[in-house]
Amino acid sequence: MLSNQEISRYSRHLLLSEIGMKGQEKLKNARVLVIGAGGLGCPALLYLTSAGVGTIGIIDFDVVDETNLQRQVLFDSSDIGKPKVEIAKTKLLKQNPFVKIEVFNTTLSTVNALEIFSSYDIIMDGTDNFATRYLVNDACFILNKILVSGSIFKFEGQVMVFDFRKENTPTYRCLFPSPPSPELAPNCSEIGVMSVLPGIIGTMMANETIKAIVSLGEILSGKLLMLNALSMNIQILEFDRNPETAMVIPKTESEFKEMDYDYFCGSKQDNSIKEIMVNDLALLISSNSDFQLIDVREKDESPIVKLNDLKIPLGEIEGRANEIARDKKVIIFCKSGSRSTRAIAVLQSNYTLKNLYNLKGGVMEWIKYKSKTQKT
Amino acid sequence: MDIQIKMFGQLAEIVGSNELQLQGVSDISLLREELISRFPKLENYPFVIAVNKKITIKNQKINMGDSVALLPPFAGG
Repeated sequence: MLSNQEISRYSRHLLLSEIGMKGQEKLKNARVLVIGAGGLGCPALLYLTSAGVGTIGIIDFDVVDETNLQRQVLFDSSDIGKPKVEIAKTKLLKQNPFVKIEVFNTTLSTVNALEIFSSYDIIMDGTDNFATRYLVNDACFILNKILVSGSIFKFEGQVMVFDFRKENTPTYRCLFPSPPSPELAPNCSEIGVMSVLPGIIGTMMANETIKAIVSLGEILSGKLLMLNALSMNIQILEFDRNPETAMVIPKTESEFKEMDYDYFCGSKQDNSIKEIMVNDLALLISSNSDFQLIDVREKDESPIVKLNDLKIPLGEIEGRANEIARDKKVIIFCKSGSRSTRAIAVLQSNYTLKNLYNLKGGVMEWIKYKSKTQKT
Repeated sequence: MDIQIKMFGQLAEIVGSNELQLQGVSDISLLREELISRFPKLENYPFVIAVNKKITIKNQKINMGDSVALLPPFAGG
């Protein structure tokens, strides 16, 4: 039920027969989580709040920086150095004291995502990196949530909605099975972005969210909206579920928690031995990614697997180090993963190769995975 | 047969233009091959191809007058 004050506040919504009292009550009862209080999150939050979305969650680990102020319209000069979520909460409650703001001053990860997402109806993704985008997609898929996703690049923006309440809804992975490597995917802090662009895209995201809550019009489910702010050209493109990427998406909480999104997006760097899970290898294969696969088992060692690999037995690895690619991912495997670990240790320390990954569990794990996925 | 292709985001930067004309590409896989041979940097950049506003993963014929677009993912927020 709306109070008299709320009836007055939302009167322009109530006058619209498409929204009315019923629609406004749906907004009041809705729970929306905004990931990232940045260029996209700020305008989206302002409109969710003014429209009367009853409970709004905000997750962001960052503090306000001077360079944010050109586009992140919730913050001002006096906020520099303060936590974004706290400033956002204070300002939004001032704008509309009838909404509830829940804040999470933390980094989203596979450890906390499912728990945080589960109490919300709609998740809005306004993050600034691919690793989080894949993580959010997968978490929303597992929890059957509606995901409203926006992203920007210089003068162009994208908006997509994934209505995972419905079976066979295409996912972000169906559209883009794998992310570009980090050196090919610079962010706003490296390449710049026009101030108004996130305002337009973030507002479009709020529009999709409000439509989804009230069941108004048509949401961009299974569609990709592309906007060019220079030409003001807008295109809406349709896409379908891709059975191959649908196969590699984590389907349970435990599969999700085993995912390494930083690794998947290539943003993890250290000298320890990096590992790749068998389902990620399947994804690389299904998405026709460019990588080199090396089998360090002895010649004709069983079990034989049908993989397009280069065979360099462990004993020959140093003599043949020049055959190992330096310009793409190299995945090294053996029967169980222990000889390949030794091969990587030698190659990393003696030949300064940094692009090597150990196939966790080796051929045995791969065979288990293949028989499991073929059954389902 | 000339095909008119619209390029978005970093793909437009890689090819140096928002629009591109290609000859003799009758389907999507030929288009992909032709693009990568002309612009090798595209090989490592994920993108999808839309024909007449429908993004398609499977190979598909491209006919004269079809609108073709190359779309990359954006990560910025």
